[in-house]
Order: sequence, then structure tokens, then C-alpha cells
Amino acid sequence: MKEVKCECGHINPVGTALCEACGRVVGEEAESSKLLDMRYEASPRRSQHYNKTFIDKIWSFFSSVKVGVWLIVITLVASALGTIFPQEMYIPPNIPAADYYKDEYGSLGKLYYQLGFHNLYSSWWYLILIASIGISLVICSLDRVIPLYKALKNQRTAPREGFLKRQRLFGITETNRDIDFEGIRTKLRSKRYSVKEENGSILAEKNRFSRWGPYVNHIGLIIFLFGGLLRFVPGMYVDEVVWVREGETIEVPGTSGQYYVKNEKFIRQLYDKQKDDQVFNDALKKNPTVIKNFQTNAVLYEKKGNTLPGEQPELKKVESHSIQVNKPMKYEDFAFYQTDYKLDEMHEMKFKLIDKKTQESFGKLTVDLYDPKKKYDLGKGYSVELLNYFPDFEFDENSEPITKSRIPNNPAFVFNMITPDKPKGEASFVAIQQTIEPTGNNKYKLAFDGIETQNVSGLTIRKDMTLWFLAIGGAIFMIGVIQGAYWNHRRIWLQKKNGQVWIAAHTNKNWFGFKREISSVLEGTSLTEPADQLNEKS
Amino acid sequence: MVQLSSNLLYIAFILYLIATFFFAGSIKIRKDKEEKKTNRWSFIGIVITLIGFASQVGYFITRWIAGGHAPVSNLFEFTTFFGMMLVAAFIIIYFIYKTSVLGVFTLPVALLVIAYASMFPRDITPLIPALQSDWLHIHVTTAAAGEAILAISFAAGLIYLIKFVDQTKSSKRTFWLEATLFGLIATLGFILVSTSFSLSDYESKFNWVDKRGQEAEAVYHMPALIGPHQYETLTDGSFQPLAEVPALINAMKLNTFIWSVLAGIILYLLIRLIFRKRVAALLQPLVRKIDLNLVDEIGYRSVLIGFPIFTLGALIFAMIWAQMAWTRFWGWDPKEVWALVTFLFYAAFLHLRLSKGWHGEKSAWLAVIGFVIIMFNLVAVNLIIAGLHSYA
Repeated sequence: MKEVKCECGHINPVGTALCEACGRVVGEEAESSKLLDMRYEASPRRSQHYNKTFIDKIWSFFSSVKVGVWLIVITLVASALGTIFPQEMYIPPNIPAADYYKDEYGSLGKLYYQLGFHNLYSSWWYLILIASIGISLVICSLDRVIPLYKALKNQRTAPREGFLKRQRLFGITETNRDIDFEGIRTKLRSKRYSVKEENGSILAEKNRFSRWGPYVNHIGLIIFLFGGLLRFVPGMYVDEVVWVREGETIEVPGTSGQYYVKNEKFIRQLYDKQKDDQVFNDALKKNPTVIKNFQTNAVLYEKKGNTLPGEQPELKKVESHSIQVNKPMKYEDFAFYQTDYKLDEMHEMKFKLIDKKTQESFGKLTVDLYDPKKKYDLGKGYSVELLNYFPDFEFDENSEPITKSRIPNNPAFVFNMITPDKPKGEASFVAIQQTIEPTGNNKYKLAFDGIETQNVSGLTIRKDMTLWFLAIGGAIFMIGVIQGAYWNHRRIWLQKKNGQVWIAAHTNKNWFGFKREISSVLEGTSLTEPADQLNEKS
Repeated sequence: MVQLSSNLLYIAFILYLIATFFFAGSIKIRKDKEEKKTNRWSFIGIVITLIGFASQVGYFITRWIAGGHAPVSNLFEFTTFFGMMLVAAFIIIYFIYKTSVLGVFTLPVALLVIAYASMFPRDITPLIPALQSDWLHIHVTTAAAGEAILAISFAAGLIYLIKFVDQTKSSKRTFWLEATLFGLIATLGFILVSTSFSLSDYESKFNWVDKRGQEAEAVYHMPALIGPHQYETLTDGSFQPLAEVPALINAMKLNTFIWSVLAGIILYLLIRLIFRKRVAALLQPLVRKIDLNLVDEIGYRSVLIGFPIFTLGALIFAMIWAQMAWTRFWGWDPKEVWALVTFLFYAAFLHLRLSKGWHGEKSAWLAVIGFVIIMFNLVAVNLIIAGLHSYA
């Protein structure tokens, strides 16, 4: 490729189709073609004329729309692949992912897991795809918007013949009379064209701003993607889950001990055939349990002053709110969402100490399953020691008792019962519906005496400082897309040449509407409408 | 109120059907060069369409009043609304370009969509907490409107291809065009088969073993060609399955799918036998007079109008609501991903068109693929892929 020399002597960069100095059509390709490529006003782009260094090569690569489209298509296919089976975040958390995919979806599921598609959207190659799209957006836009801006800014009011002839809409009217452009000018103005005149030649133009639409929306996308990147900056993003029992006040994770949240009451309501609108009856007959609402009446406290570890912090109430789905509690940069709940979770277990034979009771004790005491004194020399506690008990492969979690789903205890006649105490293993005695001949027994349950609310705590970037990026994107899609850049050139009137016209899209507009502008004049040269060709 | 609402929908359906014939009639007459009569036929067509649309809006409003929330909360309601938006989009494009052929292709698609919708439970369902928000109607309606306008480009693409593709010899083009039309015919097959079996109250029960080795019961509403894993027939004298599938595959959905395809094949073969031509060749006279450049522009224009609305509704409003209801604006839920796929697809469409000069035929094929993606998101993502959006 080499530079393009014009008749006027000006040397233009590679890819030029219109001489920068005089506006003649230059370059073999443009001269031989019937229509001019008007996408970037026939001006050259950086990617076309620099191609030497490594940076130039990268620039050329990413400036290509072809590459951009391929990136889009590959991302599209990859995204679709990720929906064949659920992503890891949507599978039950208590099953290892490797097993889950194999058990649920067979050998295809296993392959899916092995290829890493269970975390596709956070895989390195997916992120590289997104990043490449980002780079492509920046380079493609810069490569095109600068020459386009220059070309439109410096456009001629009276372009040369070669330019006019090579427009899609073009026509010549032979006329002997002197045509007055004044009527046409008024009509053009009434259709919101801005009309420029130079030596009897007219350029009418409107909605040039629509040409910037694509670049504006690309800027929006870049800001959006940049916002997405910011999430990885420390302090910008918090995503935590906390389980709060009714009546409990708990430190809010992710706030470094700054805030505490209290669950005053948890409410869950179902739709009721009797009470709710009759119109739902048919649906409720088929599916009787539909949740109507779940909410936590929450109070948010802020810690005052510094406290030592273990010291009770002094709390100040700062906010209270009924947190419902769709109605999070917001305070400062944090938002508290209602995301989950557990009804009737055991929290206290009651026992009474009895004599196995006589069934005589020597006192009662209540074990807080979240905060059990070491020793329960029943008075008169009777007491119970808690030697070991398994909140979520099961036997492991060696038949040893273990606990699966810290949640009291299936509590079990090893108690030592101290009584006046057995001062060393008798040991007893107590679980739900079973008691195991190491010696097998205990005199006393801890009899089950009821449980207390309460509701637990699952709250999600979020702080997302990147939302502003995303909102601004999204808004700019929408403005750009609308600007580019809902307006058309239209231009009409009128020139008088030795008893002829030349009309050429160009729009970036919506040619039918444009033709209609031109014919209404020319209505009542003796000028013929310009012909569509694309139709002649086909 | 509920009764009134469903009657209005029924009226709308019938009117769209009648309007289709008027639009088709307007083309037939054009052959005889009776310009004035042509206009009268398409004028009647558009008037009937407008009345039908008003009736469907009536359905929408009365159902909203009856249920207390915008009727876009389950598959029946959403799909019906999508059909309504399709008609609205057609009306708008009709008034811009005055092409009655577009009605001949858009209205049947809308009819198929509405009929398909009514195959799902039509009860008014109460809203689960996540759906109790004003964003329900804001997000869903804009997303559906965007998709519907994009779907107009499919109708335009179809018209383009039916006229453009050479039907005198068989080629890859004729094959894929027939495949596209077969897709529409198979949808009709699904509607006919499920309507006839549900009218005859067909039911047969099976015991089967699911993938965890648990016993389960399956109730089929169509004769079981495909039986579930290790099935055992419970209903006496019912049709015996021809084959059995492993527990990993949902036998009932596969069975429905096979029935629809079978019905589609029968319908398709019948058409071929009676007319002895490809379906596309059969439709060709309808589009004989149409200007290819104009259809191409209608297709492009509807993508240009639909793309921003789709982006706003299906991505931006969706993100705002997701941030409120699900704590995060984006969570790679299948429906979200497929909205992104749709967005990327039409972005690629626009880039190919603007920069690579993919006009005319290429653009028409892309419009067809785009519609397939939209339908996949509407149908398959709800019925096959489980996710947060599977409300129905």
C-alpha cells in the first residue's frame, strides 16, 4: 500500500478516497467504483496507514470490525454454553461439585465439570474475551471517530462532480430556465435542515449528531466494563450472608465490627384461600403453599467508641426497617436484603433429672443450643455438667460421635449427672430419642422435657460502590444507542452547472423515508427526483 | 371480570385470524390491478387488526384489575403479552411502510404465539415475594415490547427469503427456509395435539424410578410414546410406551416434543402432497410484488427500533430490579445470560450490516436466527433449563 497522490499535487495517506486538499475522488478503488463508500466519509483510518511496529499491528488487529464481531460471536456462544447445566453457585452447597454434576447429569455433566464450565463466567478465558471486547471497543472507536469527525467538520458545501456522481441518490435535471433555489431552501429549513450556500451551491444537512451515536454508546460500554473491574478493588464491594435468630443482635460481617443488626421479629405469610383474593383459588388448589411475604423487623446499631475484644460494645440505634424481598434496609453504603429463612429452628432444649425407677424429678434444666453452659446447678446437691456437645450430631465411620456443623439440627450431649448419692456423677450420652449409658446401669436419667424453637432470618449484606459507574455507563450507552438508532444523518447537495441542476443525497440509513422527504421538498419544482443508483445496479 | 377478560382475548384471537385473510386478500386482488379495491381490503384488514388489538388490551386491563397485578407473571400471561406486542409492533410498522404483506406473515406468528400461550395453565397466580414490585410491569413489558419489535424483522426476513430464494431448484437455501417454516408448522402441531388430547381428557399414569433411585408417579396427558425410566403402567388399557429413557432425561417433555414434531411432519407432508411444492414456493405468489429493498429496510428498521427497547427492558431495567430483589444486578441466571446472548447477537447483526455490508439476504437470514434465539429464551429457558425465571 502506498500513499495516494492527487491531481492537485496533494499527497494523501493510504486508504483516502477523497483528496484532503481539493476534494477530488482519488485512489484506484474509489475512482473505478460507481458508489462512494460513505461510512467514514471516505476518509482513511489510522489502522490503514500505519502498519509497522508491534503496537501498530495490535492496533490494526483490534480496530477491525471483523475481529470485533468474532469476539462478540465467541462470547455469545461461550455464554450460551454456560447455561446448559447450572453454574456452581446455583447447585446445593452441601454436595461436592464433582459429584453433583456426575450424579445429576451423567457423563455429560462430568465433562462439563472437567472443562470448568461450572464456573464458566469467572474463568480466565471468559474474562479475557470480555477484556478483548473492551479493548476492541476503545480502539475501533478511536480509529473511526477521529477521521469521521475531521471529515464532517471540513466537509465541502460544494463538493466536486466525482463525489456527487458517486452518491447513492443522484440525478441531473436539464433546464433552460433559471431555477430559484429559494423555495427549496425554505422547504428544507421547515424540515429542520441547516442550509449552507456557496456560489449558488447548496448543502442541506440535518441530524449529524446521530453519527456520533455508536461512539457515545461505546463510551458507555467502556465505563460499564470499567465499573465491573472496580469490584476487585478492596473496599468497593461487600457481599456477606448473616443468619440472625429472633431476638438476637449480631455483628454485621463485612463492616469490621462497625455495625450490629438485631432481628426483632421474623414473619412469614402464605397465601390463604379464605383470606386472600378469591381469584387465586384455582391456582392455590393446584399449588397450596405459595409464599406471600417474608420479612425481618430489623434494627441496625452502630458501635460507639473502641472496645477491647470480648468487651460488650456500646451500641447506638441508627436505623430500623421491615426488611422484605424487594425492600432492603439501606444505611450509608450498606444494604440489607431479606434472602432466606429457616422456620422453627431448635434453640433451647429442656430436660428434667429423674430417678429411673421412681420417676421422681429433681429439677429441670434448659440448654441454650447456641450457648450451652458448662454446668447447670439444680440445687439441693443436684447438678448436671455438660461434658461434650454435638450440635449437628452423627456417627463417623469409626462410630465416634462428630458434629457436621455448628447449627443445632440434631443436637446430642454428653452429660454428667451429679447427685448427693453419686457425687462423682453418672455419665450419659443423650441425643434425640436415644440415650446411651457408658456403664449401662445408671440410677438417674435426664428425661427430655420439650424444645423451644424460633425463626431464623437469612440476610444478605451488600455494599457496591461500583453501581454508580454501571449506572452512568448504562445511561450513556442508552443515550448513544437511541441517538444512533432513532435519528438519521441526512444530506442533500444541490448545484447548478451550465443549464443543469445536479442533486445528490446521502443518508446513513432509512433510505425510503429519505426519498419521501426529498420528493416532498422537490414537489412543485421542475426538478426531477434523484434516482436510487443501488436499484439500477441490481 | 376473569370471564370477561378471557372472552376479550378470545375475540382478539378471532379478529387477528380474520384480519390475516383480509391482508392476504388484498394481495390476491392486486393481481387484477384493481388498486382501489386493494386499498379497501387492506384498510379493512388493518381496521380489524386495530379492533382485535383493542380487545386484547381490554383483556390485559381487565385481567390486571382482576388479579391486582400486571398479567405478565407466568408463562401464559407473558407469552400472550408478547403476542400482543407483536401485533402492536406490526401496527406501528404498517403505518410507516403501508405493506399489507407484512400482516400476512406477522399476524399468523402472533396467532401461533397466543395459541401457544394458552397451552399453559391460565389461572391467575398470586405473586411470590420476589415478583411483588412495580418493576414487574416495567421490566417485563419493555422486554417483551423490544423482543416483539425485533421479531418483526423476522417476518420481514421471511418475506425477503420467500421472494429471494430460487425455488426452481433444490439448494441449501431452500432446505433451511423450509426448516424455518417447518418450525412454525410444528408449533401449530403442538397446539393441535395438546388441544385435542386435553379436550378428550386423556390421562395415563405411570410409576417410575427417578435419578436418585426414588419411586415417583408421572401423569401423562398425551399417549406415552416415550415412557419414563423403569416405568410401570398404572392406568388400565392405556397406550403402552414404545421406548424407555434413562432417568436423566425428562420423558414427559420429550414425549410432548416428539408428538409436536410428528404432528408437524404430518401437517407438512399433507401440504406438500396436496400442493406438490415446497411451502416457501406455495407462499411465493403472496410476495411477488414486494420490493426487496423495502422489506430489507423494514427488517433493518425494526432491529434499529427494537434493539434499544430490548436493551433497556431486558438488560437495564432487569439489572435495576435484580439489584433490589436478588441483591445483585447480574447473577448469570440462564434467562439473564440468554438476554445477553440476544443483545450480543443483535449487536453483531448491526456491526455486520453497518461495516461489513451484510444487507439483503444475509441480513434476512440473521433476522431468522435472531428470532430463533428470542424464542429459545422464551420457551426453552423456561421449560428446559431451570433457573430463577422459571415461574410457570
